[in-house]
Amino acid sequence: MDTDQLIRTLAADNAHRARPVGFSLMLALLAAAPVSLLMFFTELGIRPDVMVAMRNPFFDLKFAVTLALAIAAIAVSLHLSRPEASLRGFGWLLLAPVGILSAAIGGEMMMPQRLPMMTRLVGKNSWMCLTAIPLMSLPLLAGALIGLRHGAPARPAVAGAIAGLLSAGLAATLYASHCTDDSPLFVAAWYTIATALVTAIGALAGAKLLKY
Amino acid sequence: MRERDDEWTGLMRSAIAGDSAAYHRLLKAVTPVLRAAARRGLARAGQPVDQSEDIVQDILLAVHLKRHTWDVTAPFAPWLFAIARNKLIDALRRRGRRIFVDIDDFAETLPGEAPAETASASEVAAQLQTLPARQRDVLQSIAVDSASIKDTATKFSMSEGAVRVALHRGLASLTAKLREQ
Repeated sequence: MDTDQLIRTLAADNAHRARPVGFSLMLALLAAAPVSLLMFFTELGIRPDVMVAMRNPFFDLKFAVTLALAIAAIAVSLHLSRPEASLRGFGWLLLAPVGILSAAIGGEMMMPQRLPMMTRLVGKNSWMCLTAIPLMSLPLLAGALIGLRHGAPARPAVAGAIAGLLSAGLAATLYASHCTDDSPLFVAAWYTIATALVTAIGALAGAKLLKY
Repeated sequence: MRERDDEWTGLMRSAIAGDSAAYHRLLKAVTPVLRAAARRGLARAGQPVDQSEDIVQDILLAVHLKRHTWDVTAPFAPWLFAIARNKLIDALRRRGRRIFVDIDDFAETLPGEAPAETASASEVAAQLQTLPARQRDVLQSIAVDSASIKDTATKFSMSEGAVRVALHRGLASLTAKLREQ
């Protein structure tokens, strides 16, 4: 086929309109969310003392951190779905959860504590945290990658890694309502390791799936 | 250069608004620039330049299928060259060479390089043969016989809507096959 013929064919298809990437991502995440929610409610569930816990600012801060991560990663994902885009100018958004978490650690340090620092850091649920967050992330990661395939990222592995952050942020938001470890030190240690794992899976999968 | 970029941006805006003739003109206008850059990339990698048309067609398909990622308020050229660069690097890598493509390759056309009016390429044509019969027939009718969507619909006793669907699916699966090869 010569190039003129191809161009004529492409022009004939001009009427076709693809959905914006943001819309595809939203649909795919909405389709994946029930799977993660089902995993959460059948295996974990919200902690029984949630009404009391909500009066503890460090319980609430867990959600601020995980939601800041999820929202920042969604914004960066959509930005990176454009072929000419890079992390420059947008990557700093991902520092928002880090900033909130650092402030929370600082705040906790200044308050009198009943438990020693190491006890708060190690917590009671570290193993559960390390398995539940990645497992609940996987359906969301699959959804995010399917949605982002409508984009055209210059660096598929980076875009996949951000999709990993996005899904880990959402899964960690669910997990935070189950976990009784509310210390920001616990969050900084174990949530971060769980998130890093999902990010690595996202990068590997993205390198294959997000090439256009 | 500035004028050229503004003209492209204007044509692409009209195309997105539904003007197929503007879209056709835009693709015709960018093709020689893409071709020159592909030739330069191949030459620098020590590859025969006669493969440049495969790369050009690969870029055009990607431009077509990813045009919804272009922001209508942004200039068109940087978006186009980002896609072209990505596809050129991919093509060179597939041919076993690792090479850095200079973005400036696209920004300028070498003087004295008279680009061919059109050229044939083998990869798209080969993958066309592997498509489902209906998609292949529709693509061939529009590409090779230059039939309109309407004429193609009459010829195969399909609705125009079905021809449009087959056309778009055909282009999308062609692109997927080219990526996987």
